[in-house]
Amino acid sequence: MTTQAAIQTRELGRVYKLRGTKRKEDPKELVALQGVDLTVEAGEMFGLLGPNGAGKTTLIKILTTLLLPTKGSATVLGRDVVSDAQEIRRSIAMVSGGETSGYGLLTVEENLWMFARLYGLESKVAKQRIGELMDVVGIADRKNSKISDLSTGLRQKMNFIRGFISDPDVVFLDEPTLGLDVSAARQVRAFVKDWMAKHPDRTLLLTTHYMAEADELCDRLAIIDKGKLLALDTPEGLKHRLQQDAIYKLRVAPLGHRPANGDGLIESVPGVRQVTVNEVEGASELTLILAGDDALGGVLGHLQGRGSGLLSLEKREPTLEDVFIDLVGRGLDVDTSHGDNGNGNK
Amino acid sequence: MSSVAKKAAPMTVAQRLLDTPLARRSDGLRSFAVAAWLGWQIESNWADPFLFAVYSIARPIASALILVVMYSVITNGAFQEPIFPYIYLGNALYILVGSIIVGVSWAIIDDREHYRVAKHLYTAPINGYSYLFGRGLARLIIGAISVIITIVFGVIAFKLPITFASVDWGLLAISTALGIASLAGLGILVGAWTMTMARHFWSVGEAVSAGMYLFSGAIFPLDVLPAWLRWIGFLFPATYWLELSRRALLGPAAAGFETFSALSNGALLAILAAFTVVLLTGSWFFYRWALSNAKDKGLLDMESAY
Repeated sequence: MTTQAAIQTRELGRVYKLRGTKRKEDPKELVALQGVDLTVEAGEMFGLLGPNGAGKTTLIKILTTLLLPTKGSATVLGRDVVSDAQEIRRSIAMVSGGETSGYGLLTVEENLWMFARLYGLESKVAKQRIGELMDVVGIADRKNSKISDLSTGLRQKMNFIRGFISDPDVVFLDEPTLGLDVSAARQVRAFVKDWMAKHPDRTLLLTTHYMAEADELCDRLAIIDKGKLLALDTPEGLKHRLQQDAIYKLRVAPLGHRPANGDGLIESVPGVRQVTVNEVEGASELTLILAGDDALGGVLGHLQGRGSGLLSLEKREPTLEDVFIDLVGRGLDVDTSHGDNGNGNK
Repeated sequence: MSSVAKKAAPMTVAQRLLDTPLARRSDGLRSFAVAAWLGWQIESNWADPFLFAVYSIARPIASALILVVMYSVITNGAFQEPIFPYIYLGNALYILVGSIIVGVSWAIIDDREHYRVAKHLYTAPINGYSYLFGRGLARLIIGAISVIITIVFGVIAFKLPITFASVDWGLLAISTALGIASLAGLGILVGAWTMTMARHFWSVGEAVSAGMYLFSGAIFPLDVLPAWLRWIGFLFPATYWLELSRRALLGPAAAGFETFSALSNGALLAILAAFTVVLLTGSWFFYRWALSNAKDKGLLDMESAY
């Protein structure tokens, strides 16, 4: 017996045409997705990890039938996102983080009730579910508050509930904890885990650029950058890729300007596979992926030669961030949506 | 009783409709009923009933009075002339034209730009076409109230020659039903058009409605216009609906103007019915095309922050 994939994409691509301010200007093309092959099985908590502008939201928009692909195909629960959009919508829901949308003049309960009715829920069932979900995320006391009177965090929580009210088969969570405080984000993650535990046949696709969130929640992860899928495995499997490498975090005196010649770069030191540099409070913080511990001496010598003294050094186990750096050559906090390669190399 | 039930009191029909098994199965019916409920919540959600009264009662009467004063100054108070009820009724009935076209088309901009819920609506199993009709319903109801109040005011204050017994209620009902349906179709066309626009979409509905005020024979007979301009009016369904409504309300008094004097009520109804079929069918296809086009361009859930 073959089981149907919850989500499947084949050579999926999307190109945006961006018009300039002048009418006669030819539109510029922005490749948001290219050649994405992905299969998410039913019952999986699947993560898409990538920086801003990597193509995560574009992929979600295509899968939720908001956007047409320009190349390839995609199915959700075996149905084509282009030709069978209406049927897909009966079984999916989407929640975007940082979202404060909603009919401000309606109360929380009314907003949720309205969306529940759009999915065809009976009024009684809708109200019962709204009550339960509001209890779980801790906004039951605000059910009669108008949306316009809610804080950003509370609005986000309301939108989060909206995504689960219809009891969907596939849920798309696009950066669900974006902008939430630590405690609220923890609450959201706990809810997601609990919901999946109670509904093991459902599927959840999560996009995030928070490594810890992806590590904590997802059964499998895909790393995406500049519209391309770079790797796909379990979090452990991805980290295992770096098992042979040595990973160090160094804090050194500010490195100053990037050397003009290539030989002056840290990457030119033998054994250095990847390096990222962040400037923090009067120091430079380096994440090094080395082919082995032997390479560290060379790096320290290089830094000394550039007059940058060592402030602290830590060897650590590979994290998803290291995997990302290894694959992409930069950290996750870099926006690549405007063509900036974001390379923090020095 | 929950706040939901309390606030929905004026739209209990929509609520009851939603609870039927048919509505739960039919995307179109369900979308229409939810949208009608939502539209009413938005349109009637005034913090102060006084403001609501100003908007729906005092505003149309004030607008009619401006026209009456202008007419009075120009004609030296010739309120007994047949042109006066022609103008007064045309102006009063046109409130409904604006309400329907703007009400339906504005819903798209409102959801996308103001409430920013477009992405949630279009990832839900709604029938967007009937959803827009539902959203326009509340404005239609409020517009209809304004029309009735303005006409009653005209009868009382300016002795418009309308009596309950003299009104051709059958003609009025049929022509109004066709007029509303055709204008709703036009509203969807305008709304669907705004769906495909990334900018300059705010005033499309109002521009169409206001532009057609000039060419629909609302405030002067089309004969006044040069022959080549009259055709614009002939291509607008409101022109025929206004003519039929005047005939239904004023009887023979409405026949004093030449534009449509050669056409019987039946002929005018047939033209209006044809417009209704063309506009409803055309708007359905155009809406589907616009939806697909907006999805292709990535505009469906766009927030321009204009």
